[in-house]
Amino acid sequence: MKKEKKSVKTAENTLPSAVKKTERELPFYVVKRGDAEQTFGRAALIRASAIVIALLLCGIATIFVTGDNPISIYATMFKGAFGDAHNLWKTLQDLAILLCVSLAVTPAFKMRFWNTGAEGQVLISALATAMCMFYFGGAVPTPVLMLIMVAGSVLAGVIWAVIPAIFKAFWGTNETLFTLMMNYVAIQLVEVFLKVADKSGSNTVGPSLLKHGWFPELFGQKYLLNILIVAVLTVLVYIYLKYSKHGYEISVVGESENTARYIGVNVKKVIIRTMVVSGALCGVAGLLLVAGTSHSIDSNLVGGRGFTAIMVSWLAKFNPLMMVLTTLLLVFLNRGSAEVTTKFGLNTAYSEILTGVILFFIIGCEFFIQYKIVANRSHKLFKKKGGSENV
Amino acid sequence: MNNVAAVELVNVTKTFGSVVANRNVNMDVKKGEILAILGENGSGKTTLMNMLSGIYHPDEGQIFIDGKEAQISSPKDAFAYRIGMIHQHFKLVDIFTAAENIVLGIDDGKFDPKGISKKVEEISAKYGFEIDPSKKIYEMAVSEKQTVEIVKVLYRGADILILDEPTAVLTPQETQKLFAVLRQMRADGKAVIIITHKLHEVLSISDRVAILRKGEHIATVNTAETSETELTELMVGQKVALNIERDAPQGCLDRLTVSHVNCVSREGVKLLDDVSFTAKSGEILGIAGIAGSGQRELLEAIAGLQHLDGGEITYVNPKNGEIVNLRDKNPKQIKELGVRLSFVPEDRLGMGLVGNMDITDNMMLRSYRRGKSMFLDRKRPKNLAEEIIKSLQVVTPGAGTPVRRLSGGNVQKVLVGREIASAPSVLMVAYPVRGLDINSSYTIYNLLNTQKRNGVAVIFVGEDLDVLMELCDRIMVIGSGKITGIVDGRSCTKEEIGYLMTKTEKAEEGENA
Repeated sequence: MKKEKKSVKTAENTLPSAVKKTERELPFYVVKRGDAEQTFGRAALIRASAIVIALLLCGIATIFVTGDNPISIYATMFKGAFGDAHNLWKTLQDLAILLCVSLAVTPAFKMRFWNTGAEGQVLISALATAMCMFYFGGAVPTPVLMLIMVAGSVLAGVIWAVIPAIFKAFWGTNETLFTLMMNYVAIQLVEVFLKVADKSGSNTVGPSLLKHGWFPELFGQKYLLNILIVAVLTVLVYIYLKYSKHGYEISVVGESENTARYIGVNVKKVIIRTMVVSGALCGVAGLLLVAGTSHSIDSNLVGGRGFTAIMVSWLAKFNPLMMVLTTLLLVFLNRGSAEVTTKFGLNTAYSEILTGVILFFIIGCEFFIQYKIVANRSHKLFKKKGGSENV
Repeated sequence: MNNVAAVELVNVTKTFGSVVANRNVNMDVKKGEILAILGENGSGKTTLMNMLSGIYHPDEGQIFIDGKEAQISSPKDAFAYRIGMIHQHFKLVDIFTAAENIVLGIDDGKFDPKGISKKVEEISAKYGFEIDPSKKIYEMAVSEKQTVEIVKVLYRGADILILDEPTAVLTPQETQKLFAVLRQMRADGKAVIIITHKLHEVLSISDRVAILRKGEHIATVNTAETSETELTELMVGQKVALNIERDAPQGCLDRLTVSHVNCVSREGVKLLDDVSFTAKSGEILGIAGIAGSGQRELLEAIAGLQHLDGGEITYVNPKNGEIVNLRDKNPKQIKELGVRLSFVPEDRLGMGLVGNMDITDNMMLRSYRRGKSMFLDRKRPKNLAEEIIKSLQVVTPGAGTPVRRLSGGNVQKVLVGREIASAPSVLMVAYPVRGLDINSSYTIYNLLNTQKRNGVAVIFVGEDLDVLMELCDRIMVIGSGKITGIVDGRSCTKEEIGYLMTKTEKAEEGENA
């Protein structure tokens, strides 16, 4: 097929003296994968190999740094998360709470509303729950107390979420900073409550002061109710986002505000309405934390879940069903590395490093699912050898 | 004219991953010659020229400059070979003067404004440019900016000039001026390469035409021996009927009346200035004007997306003759008033469609509110999507494919198809064939004609005057937000429209002076 080429002279001989040879092009290109290449199987393969590489790397590092057997470390991690009934229930409980917060942030993120305030929204709801338990506990019958707690926590979450939404909708304020700062306000309000409720100066208000309004045990399982509530919410949020008109409007606003205006969607209304939903879900998370889990409150109760939830949501591409898996992964790493730290007597930092490395690989491999690296055949590196290779 | 090829490309191939941008291209340009490179979007014209200007490097093949093989690895190398490229999007520093921009990047150790001005004036006089070296770029009109770009290249001593779609931003008169300059350059022995997809321009300016199709060089023909039909056939690879049918408008009734509409931007600039006109049923009203003269704002004002600072927009309901005022209504309210208004905006994926959603979900954009249920009905949109895919021959794996994965022409078919499906009585389209290949363009023109025959009032914003004059019954010209005239599509001349396009600008210059 190829026509005969003219004799190739070396570049240097033919260049005018004024020309300084500069190499502009890189030896490799990053190319977006075509549709045919982005199959489920290939994505799964890339993800699996990312985890394997991460585990190998961590294992080698462990041998060199601590001298421990990496396989027994991984085994301990697994046991810590799923080893016995107690650990398994604890893992499922952690999963339920983190998943609940993740469900809460998802509608907002799908709308491209960068809500970094889930932490504060959950904390303020927890505070509202604790206050209901503290002030109304014993004064009203338990079912009524429960209702008040639910209403109070949901309302608190909604208020905390809707304030930045209103400012964003009407005055175009930056929601990232606004929601972030609302977190600190929530923390300070909790501190005030601690001072008021517990005169001893303790930095938590514990079960001894919050005696009423605890969630009942189901079938003898303390956490089963929490888990069931979150399971139902997961399905509801999935349906809301995928099959409801509201969910459709959220997607359109998130993808393109101009398109939303073009079809007559009231963007302000959608922003506020979605943040009400988001805040209400944070309210449920706060309720589950206080009434369903710890029966206590302190300013670090949420423990960064409001931020971890953002990662869970993004990793699952805002699909609530996939979020069950991404939450499980994060909770597993967290619980497992805690177990490793105690069993092997390692510094907490070490298990966190391992978790970090594994997460880095899992998130980083998303790049290779969408793109591939291809050799640039015109580059001098390949000129002599010729041909191309896909990496 | 001598016969030494200024540039010769031999078997040039360039790939980006699995995409072949150019394959075994062979062509040459002689000194004192204007070569037009013709091809549809995506045929590899710009990639080829980027290899000459040092932005890309060919994978295979050779480039010969003045008969010697050249290695062009950077724009600097290209300058050393006296190759200059004038890009479609200008690369100028706004707050600098013309002279400062012209010498930008030339490292000869000194900055001598007087000397530069003198040299710039010499160049201008030689080729017939009009340029004020001390004028700042931000004060310039588009055509002046282009002049600066060309002078910049000549100042550096370019003998080989490449112009990428230079006429896209010019009025007919400005285009004529540019062509006069290019002819001067040809007479001066320079090699000029002009990339374009406007056939009549190719015929009027070039000596030879090189045609690219899907990255391959199909043929090079002498301009004097060819015709529009032949060029199109070579470009598309099959016979294409270039005629647009234009029936006489029938049953014309006033459908949409815009009266004294004013619109001011946030910065206080008048976007629309006392605009008044009437669109009639059963006719196509064309809107011509230089890009950014208020066309978009006008359509958005009618569609309820632009706040009006004055004036009225009224619609006559064809069913009962009721008159509806559309001012200060949003698109949802307009729909609820029973106004059947469809709008194909200029920004297809940023406004008319959602790129990440599939065809079915995009069909739903207009109709998802239907019904009282809080859940979506995807059945009807899915049927509509499949109907449109079938009737307009949309190339797609299925209705579940995200719209952004479709090619430009197919995206437009989806959008136009959806807008027509709602049986509009007013249909507004903005630059509906931009970026489309010839066959898709004609599909769109035919759809518009069908709508016209069905009694729809079609408003068509276009950029190609030849098409406007072939398709439209009346052509309204807009300049700087003002309506400068409405002419008959059958009897007007291009010069007339060109004059109207710049009318207000000229008037303003007069006032300033």
